[in-house]
Amino acid sequence: MSKYLWRFASSAGFIIQCSCVAHCFFHYVGDLVLCSGPSMEPTIFSNDIILTEHVTPKLQQIQIGDIVISKCPYNPEQNICKRVKGLPGDKIHTNYGRTEIVPVGHVWLEGDNSTNSTDSRNYGAVPQGLIKSRAIYKIYPFMNISSLNR
Amino acid sequence: MKFTVVLKSILLGIPVGITVIDLVGYVARVDGISMQPALNPDLDQADYVFLNRWPVRSYQVQRGDIIALTSPKDPTLSIIKRVVGIQGDIVETIGYKNHIVRIPEGHCWVEGDHTGHSMDSNNFGPVSLGLITAKASCIVWPPSRWQFLNSSLPESRLPLNLSPSTSVLQSAIQYACNIIS
Repeated sequence: MSKYLWRFASSAGFIIQCSCVAHCFFHYVGDLVLCSGPSMEPTIFSNDIILTEHVTPKLQQIQIGDIVISKCPYNPEQNICKRVKGLPGDKIHTNYGRTEIVPVGHVWLEGDNSTNSTDSRNYGAVPQGLIKSRAIYKIYPFMNISSLNR
Repeated sequence: MKFTVVLKSILLGIPVGITVIDLVGYVARVDGISMQPALNPDLDQADYVFLNRWPVRSYQVQRGDIIALTSPKDPTLSIIKRVVGIQGDIVETIGYKNHIVRIPEGHCWVEGDHTGHSMDSNNFGPVSLGLITAKASCIVWPPSRWQFLNSSLPESRLPLNLSPSTSVLQSAIQYACNIIS
């Protein structure tokens, strides 16, 4: 009896260890994201799968032109995929000819499809703490695998 | 032989430890005077609090909770504050650019207990719920300060839509806010 118990405990431990390694990998190294919505056309279409890395945002190395995945500022359970258009201190021309300066610790995000995108022009600059990852490759559909680097 | 066993268990133990920190919580030292008197009442002796990830896993916070969040001004910095208003509340600010603020959807209003000596929403405005990392649930060190941290909000800092004395004023403000937005 104790032999079975021991076997059960050791396999449970192995599963826990594997899931912890997986958690750390997906949390700190990189993961795959399925995109939906038209806001990043023509770069990324709905149902495209992109490969992202989490190291650059953790090291605060985000630059202008990067495509980033961020938590939505007004709904933290939703993610948004946008391009960085401004860093702290940059002057941004928003709608109606207004200019805004990106505050410290924030970034200005806009979708590539500027006519059909809800982005910083609607809700203002986004705190850098909400950025989760940076897109590096589009890997699906296989017909047009491409790099998304700046 | 023994050395490789130790090395192997360390290598396998690190991911488990990180996962526990990410999903369950961790103990952190509180710096500064911004949360006096609830935390750090005596400057010579810093408090250590247990930051619990579990209550904020779905970004549900209550007024009066003490939470840890990533600073909106500096993403490398983690700050610890008390929630004063949640989304939809109307808050009377202390020195913010607008005297009365309606908290937008998905945001909350955080303040340090030590009014005037705290870098909080009165400085940077409502913060997005996505920046919240944990809830401070108890003080674990020093032993003389062992206690659970309760959710409480002084009467004077209740959002205007909850404060009983201002119900007439509140409906007027609500009306004005509706017109503006």
